[in-house]
Amino acid sequence: MRKIKIIIEKCTGCEKCLPSCPFSAIRIENKKVRILDNCNLCGACIDACPFRAIVLEKEKIRVDLSSYRGVWIFAEQRKGEIMPVTYELLGVGRTLANDLGAELSVFLLGSHMKGKAEEFLNYDLEKIYLIEDPLLNSYRTDLYTQAIVDSVNLKRPEVILMGATSLGRDLAPRVATRLQTGLTADCTGLEIDKKERNLIQTRPALGGNIMARIISPRHRPQIATVRPKVMRRARPGHSKKGEIIEINPTFSQNNEAVKIITLIREEKETVDLQEAEIIVSGGRGLGKPENFSLIRKLADLLGGAVGASRAVVDAGWIQPYHQVGQTGKTVQPKLYIACGISGAIQHQVGMRTSEVIVAINKDPEAPIFNIATYGIVEDLHKFLPILIEKLEKKGKS
Amino acid sequence: MNTIVCIKQVPDTEELQKVKIDPQTNTLIREGVPGIINPFDENAIEEALRLKEKKGGNVTVLSMGPSQAEESLRKALAMGVDGAVLLSDRLFAGSDTLATSYTLAMAIKRIGPFDLILLGKQAIDGDTAQVGPGLAEWLNLPQVTYARKIEVNENKIRVERVLEDAFEVVESPLPALVTVTKDINEPRYPSLRGLLRAKAEKIPIWAAEDLPLDKRKIGLEGSPTQVVKIFIPKPPKRGEILSGEISQVVDKLILEIEKRRTI
Ligand SMILES: Cc1cc2nc3c(=O)[nH]c(=O)nc-3n(C[C@H](O)[C@H](O)[C@H](O)COP(=O)(O)OP(=O)(O)OC[C@H]3O[C@@H](n4cnc5c(N)ncnc54)[C@H](O)[C@@H]3O)c2cc1C
Ligand SMILES: Nc1ncnc2c1ncn2[C@@H]1O[C@H](COP(=O)(O)O)[C@@H](O)[C@H]1O
Repeated sequence: MRKIKIIIEKCTGCEKCLPSCPFSAIRIENKKVRILDNCNLCGACIDACPFRAIVLEKEKIRVDLSSYRGVWIFAEQRKGEIMPVTYELLGVGRTLANDLGAELSVFLLGSHMKGKAEEFLNYDLEKIYLIEDPLLNSYRTDLYTQAIVDSVNLKRPEVILMGATSLGRDLAPRVATRLQTGLTADCTGLEIDKKERNLIQTRPALGGNIMARIISPRHRPQIATVRPKVMRRARPGHSKKGEIIEINPTFSQNNEAVKIITLIREEKETVDLQEAEIIVSGGRGLGKPENFSLIRKLADLLGGAVGASRAVVDAGWIQPYHQVGQTGKTVQPKLYIACGISGAIQHQVGMRTSEVIVAINKDPEAPIFNIATYGIVEDLHKFLPILIEKLEKKGKS
Repeated sequence: MNTIVCIKQVPDTEELQKVKIDPQTNTLIREGVPGIINPFDENAIEEALRLKEKKGGNVTVLSMGPSQAEESLRKALAMGVDGAVLLSDRLFAGSDTLATSYTLAMAIKRIGPFDLILLGKQAIDGDTAQVGPGLAEWLNLPQVTYARKIEVNENKIRVERVLEDAFEVVESPLPALVTVTKDINEPRYPSLRGLLRAKAEKIPIWAAEDLPLDKRKIGLEGSPTQVVKIFIPKPPKRGEILSGEISQVVDKLILEIEKRRTI
């Protein structure tokens, strides 16, 4: 068990540790530090103490993890099409596999996916596990979980990466729980500790206010879901050195969790904000719902998607799936244009890692300008029509 | 229709930001940053109450956390749920999502029979969205994540799910576990009567020894993942204000946009 310990003689009550605690779990009592019950044992206070009065005690447990080798990438398919995040995972997966001196493999579930499996031969990887069954044609939590868990138990990879998509985030925790192993959600950075063969997973927490580095030192496989659009894509065009290995899953019908859930897919027109390279977002500064047409027009001209602040979603000006922010979507486009959005912290955490942020707001004090790459202090009702007109002209010429 | 709703108390982002902006705030921060019910969990409570209004039955809220999480349970009681249980014990500290979902599962076994378990789609502090599916696995239940509509017919539910690029309608037998998005409803405010009742209610607090637990599966020891470091990301640098005549600014912006688009 790990434990935070205070060496009371060394503590001077200087309070330097207080602001370092992301959970506010430190209190000073009688000029000494006390750790409260909501301590998460993250250890942030340890570095903050100038007197080394805070220590983390840990007990080392050795488990034989050496029978697990290799990096597995989940090839997410929908209706037989491979999702783009798969290639991003292959990109980072190659680096991880090289650092581990291990093989890189993809695993693909579905039916009639042989053709797609062969396309992966163009990538720099060692193995393609093709797990086929008519029941796996479209995604179902229970059957996918079972097929993956069985394959993992058979082949024992040490690292598994999945996209942090709605599918990946539905599936990965179920798989990790059944395997009783560690899972880190929505990672934005991945590295290998070569000595311990640990996957060092970096991810934002507390709405992006802090970053956490997480490992699963005593468990294998180490599983992570990875945020789309963060890792660099692998490119095809490699000598075909990979090998396709077929795995036939078996399903036990008496499993309680395998009760059939029927899928009735009704596709609606929605935006995939998380995949968009450009997002134009509107907030309360638009004044009225009709003015969203300006946002739509600009998004169309730029080939982008439409985003929104919560204020306008709550006001019913636009559908909820457009909302960006803490209770909406986290996005990371190349270009984010915020129009008439104040930039409340809850909005910022959903978009502040965008590559370039343009903010148009008439209030020079608006917090959005703290994070904007380019700030424009203007009335959007004047600015946007001119921008749209100029872009239209350009498009024609 | 008996429903159990798992709720988490999370720090209020607004307050957190204040703490972070000024690292010199050496003030003694009370029992921590003020907590709120995780916003999606309020939607889960609301949905449970609506289903109860239609189908009858009971709603119980369950939370694991430090003693201050009791405030959140009281708010849920004030909104109208029938009962609340707090899981609080030093031994639970440091739980990751595997240990959390295990502990919640064991508590649910003690609470008794249910038809539906509702959770928020994710907690805004950890943002993992892992506890729901994890809990479904421990309890061997079918799961439906990202719900924006739930209809109950006999022993089945029909749920609309929000995906990136589509909605999906699925049917699941009961009992089942569903995680909800904020699109599903608008949470109610507590009524005056509710507030009074909530104040008087005694909330049972269960510790590790009150549950049929395997001690190796809870808290830090039961958590495969370990946080080895926490750091504050570099504050984004304040950018440039483009100023001048509107049409010049527009031209500058178009130039920047075009630069980006060719990359
Ligand atoms: C638990 C919780 C979760 C939340 N989650 C989210 C979330 O996910 N996403 C989110 O966005 N918010 C979220 N919020 C709400 C957030 O705090 C803000 O209230 C919201 O983002 C404000 O939206 P806004 O910027 O459109 O509106 P406002 O704050 O009202 O800002 C409007 C801006 O428009 C500018 N403006 C007005 N007229 C013009 C004009 N003619 N030209 C140019 N500029 C103009 C104004 O100067 C102002 O800055 C959450 C809040 C809470 C408590
Ligand atoms: N400590 C907890 N106590 C009760 N419910 C929780 C707890 N942690 C998470 N949950 C539930 O699980 C959901 C997802 O949380 P998370 O996996 O942490 O993003 C939340 O919306 C809650 O409904």
